[in-house]
Amino acid sequence: MRLFVSEGAPGSLPVLAAAGRAQGGEELLISTVGPEECVVPFLTQPKVPVLQLDSGNYLFSTSAICRYFFLLSGWEQDDLTNQWLEWEATELQPALSAALYYLVVQGKKGEDVLSPVRRALTHIDHSLSRRSCPFLAGETESVADIVLWGALYPLLQDPAYLPEELGALHSWFQTLSSQEPCQRAAEMVLKQQGVLALRPYLQKQPHPSSFEGRAVSNEPEEEELATLSEEEIAMAVTAWEKGLGSLPPLRPQQNPVLPVAGERNVLITSALPYVNNVPHLGNIIGCVLSADVFARYSRLRQWNTLYLCGTDEYGTATETKAMEEGLTPQEICDKYHAIHASIYRWFNISFDIFGRTTTPQQTKITQDIFQRLLTRGFVFQDTVEQLRCEHCARFLADRFVEGVCPFCGYEEARGDQCDKCGKLINAIELKKPQCKVCRSCPVVKSSQHLFLDLPKLEKRLEEWLGKTLPGSEWTPNARFIIRSWLRDGLKPRCITRDLKWGTPVPLEGFEDKVFYVWFDATIGYVSITANYTDQWERWWKNPEQVNLYQFMAKDNVPFHGLVFPCSALGAEDNYTLVNHLIATEYLNYEDGKFSKSRGVGVFGDMAQDTGIPADIWRFYLLYIRPEGQDSAFSWTDMLLKNNSELLNNLGNFINRAGMFVSKFFGGCVPEMVLTSDDRRLLAHVTLELQHYHELLEKVRIREALRSILTISRNGNQYIQVNEPWKRIKGSEADRQRAGTVTGLAVNIAALLSVMLQPYMPTVSATIQAQLQLPAPACSILLKNFLCTLPAGHQIGTVSPLFQKLENDQIESLRQRFGGGQLEESLELKAKAPAGPAVVEATAAAGPQQIQVLMDEVTKQGNIVRELKAQKADKNQVAAEVAKLLDLKKQLALAEGKPLETPKGKKKK
Amino acid sequence: MAGDIGGSEPSLPANAGDPCCPAPAPARSSCRKMAAAAELRLLEKSLGLSKGNKYSAQGERQIPVLQTNNGPSLTGLTTIAAHLVKQANKGYLLGSTAEEKAVVQQWLEYRVTRVDGHSSKDDVHTLLKDLNSYLEDKVYLTGYNFTLADILLYYGLHRFVVDLTVQEKEKYLNVSRWFCHIQHYPGIRQHLTSVVFIKNRLYANSH
Repeated sequence: MRLFVSEGAPGSLPVLAAAGRAQGGEELLISTVGPEECVVPFLTQPKVPVLQLDSGNYLFSTSAICRYFFLLSGWEQDDLTNQWLEWEATELQPALSAALYYLVVQGKKGEDVLSPVRRALTHIDHSLSRRSCPFLAGETESVADIVLWGALYPLLQDPAYLPEELGALHSWFQTLSSQEPCQRAAEMVLKQQGVLALRPYLQKQPHPSSFEGRAVSNEPEEEELATLSEEEIAMAVTAWEKGLGSLPPLRPQQNPVLPVAGERNVLITSALPYVNNVPHLGNIIGCVLSADVFARYSRLRQWNTLYLCGTDEYGTATETKAMEEGLTPQEICDKYHAIHASIYRWFNISFDIFGRTTTPQQTKITQDIFQRLLTRGFVFQDTVEQLRCEHCARFLADRFVEGVCPFCGYEEARGDQCDKCGKLINAIELKKPQCKVCRSCPVVKSSQHLFLDLPKLEKRLEEWLGKTLPGSEWTPNARFIIRSWLRDGLKPRCITRDLKWGTPVPLEGFEDKVFYVWFDATIGYVSITANYTDQWERWWKNPEQVNLYQFMAKDNVPFHGLVFPCSALGAEDNYTLVNHLIATEYLNYEDGKFSKSRGVGVFGDMAQDTGIPADIWRFYLLYIRPEGQDSAFSWTDMLLKNNSELLNNLGNFINRAGMFVSKFFGGCVPEMVLTSDDRRLLAHVTLELQHYHELLEKVRIREALRSILTISRNGNQYIQVNEPWKRIKGSEADRQRAGTVTGLAVNIAALLSVMLQPYMPTVSATIQAQLQLPAPACSILLKNFLCTLPAGHQIGTVSPLFQKLENDQIESLRQRFGGGQLEESLELKAKAPAGPAVVEATAAAGPQQIQVLMDEVTKQGNIVRELKAQKADKNQVAAEVAKLLDLKKQLALAEGKPLETPKGKKKK
Repeated sequence: MAGDIGGSEPSLPANAGDPCCPAPAPARSSCRKMAAAAELRLLEKSLGLSKGNKYSAQGERQIPVLQTNNGPSLTGLTTIAAHLVKQANKGYLLGSTAEEKAVVQQWLEYRVTRVDGHSSKDDVHTLLKDLNSYLEDKVYLTGYNFTLADILLYYGLHRFVVDLTVQEKEKYLNVSRWFCHIQHYPGIRQHLTSVVFIKNRLYANSH
């Protein structure tokens, strides 16, 4: 036998590994040929590796060569190996050659490389974890493992391309990579140069264009059905037969909800949205909606659940907003709190409490924690160099300063954080600082401030993390962020600010200062609970009995995972600390960024004006939940997912199941006589249901939604294969079969309605009303699939659940909210009407006119300040502020500066 | 309206199964690829298996899935085909020696990657040219034994071969000989169009 290989040809890897692993005594000659040499006489295109057999025959397919080596060593072919090898050739190879081409030839990195193969990698991972076997085709290594390992090795040997969350893939890959034949093959082919060793070969290959249309990241992973043991099937059938009888009694509704000893008490918080802004879809999926799914799931499990949230109202952002709108901070808070509450109500968020942070309880609890920290020596005073605007005669809090970011050079960095690079900034480090109010340049002055001594608390924090993290559901990004903060070492953090709108500092000499929001915002959860019940300490000072889940976007991790735990640990008051910190990545909007501070994207209050029901929004946002990686909202994708997954898959199945009962059996669930096929289906549904539970217990919300769709897909297939609509017209036996299939299908529909409840509560309730599902079955989800609609059960009127979304409808929405080059078009829109005017004004306005306007602005500014100092009537101040803003606008026009509309200036 | 079993929702996929109007039979136009399920039924029949296997299709490439009664489902045309061969106790169709088995699998892979994955007319001609050259000294794809590779390659190539001109058929003489032989193999062709090959060469210069 003679094996022809070529420098850097990826196919050599599996072939050499298979030869080392399985090839017997026969002699194998290896010849190296050029990448363009035609070894096989009958093939037009060059192809390596190639095995020339002693008979003169050629094997030119990589997996056929591997297969041959294994066959020589006595291995017998089987279905599962065949299936993996066919999948490798038809699915994995096109994806992988695209990824390798991008990486090696085009020098792309990161997601560009990973995205074509991500789906395939997930498929392998799921198959491995589902079968819980160490190898692809079972307990022992087979040719499938070698072929797939060899194909994947060049990419996955770089840990950057082996996603952390794919645990099963990880360990499979490590096991194979550590084997001797594989190691030797890897050395021979990659020559310790990593993936770049493939360059000489891949460069000569055509661009893998045929792959392009296939890379769709939001596509569902098609699940293959797992192997079931007879035992599993028998257990599923037993559970099914017990039916409604196995449901425990419903927990009575409590008010207020309080922890109960001996029960699982789940406290859920969602990051408190800033009051000064309307939340956009990214905010909604990032915390409130994700937490809502988990809270609803937790209640379905009959866990004692309290879900709370509220508006975060203190801080500079509110003061700034108040100035913009000419209202007092309190008025701003009242106005926006109501807006927030109504948006979440529309999205059907099931808060037990939706409170706010501007309450006496907040002051009381914050000051108490502060006093305890102070007496225990965890707070110290220090002088801070701070920016002071002489013109406005005050120290400038972070958000009243803007300037150039010292790290990335972004021009509109805020005093505390840069929106572009995300780094935290000390305001005095800003280049070219500007007072946000008067635009003059502030000077550095010193001021007394209080600091939380985090370095002193670091050891306690590490101890606590050491106990908390293992076995918890902290998301990988949260662990990573905390780890990197600890690696850099904690630094003291200033917890006071020169503001009025905040929790007062109870210390002499600090009467003009308030607590920094980052110290007291997280205490908001506690005070909101205290406003809900005077027994709040049973939740918040009860770490033994309470399981605390906190949901947020990843930028909030340091305050929940570090700052608050440090404060609480230092206060030594037995506070309940976060057990599971669930952080999402970011959601982008179409091609651009979904940015709150720029006012770009769909906002919560606009979602209701689209005519698309809240449940559809919930479904799509949860379907693309940025879990593990950033994701993007896309109008087209939303249409696609609605029409394919909801309409054609889920809606179609549930509706057909119900319609068969009404049409063929007069609305009465027929007798079910289970065959072995049906029992198998029962067991498959049970398995998928258990998978759903496993995922939701780990708060993998997006993945658990896939389980629902998988069951419904299986259900559709079941109906399709058994054709009850034909059998109903057949013999007695056929009619009985139609009855069984219909009965089982409608019970699957009932199960789906409960599983769907955390995701689409309204649709869930509609299905349950249509099927007349008995009350306890609606509110409890067990780990087994039960017959909840027994023979003889009368269902209600069945009607379709979902509407088709039309292209033109979605297109007009896209135009309304912008898409594609969104930021540009927004800027154009903002400028267009004022465009010509700006030009004229600029042309007409001479330096004199500008000077006049500047003087007027200064004069008007003084009037406003005087009025405020005299604590004049609110309305009078507002009127003068409006005049001031108008003058500033004129001035900006005259200077030819871009207009700073309040909308464009919205800040977090 | 969504999921209305009585309606004729235009966006419903062909297999969504409206009971009042069952999915239409797969199109048998010569230029389109045969639906995988239809092909597997042809194979079942040629193997003498009784009907009873249920197929569905998965994803946009409509990969066939077989739901088996005593095991997990199987996905993929060649995987299912090999399974059916064993079900029919005709294991010899997968090859007898190690070499033959590997060759059969190689051509099955060729069928699903190259024959089904072709994108242009040029690709088809390259494919026919290569195959023609390969078959020069062979009766069947493995040499002297008829196997599953011959059956599936025949089914896969049928749509291209029916469209070949007389001149092209003569150009790919070995392919034509092989194809003609397989279509006359008992039980293989079934309802597929019989392709006519002329025995006397007309274009003496073309080959």
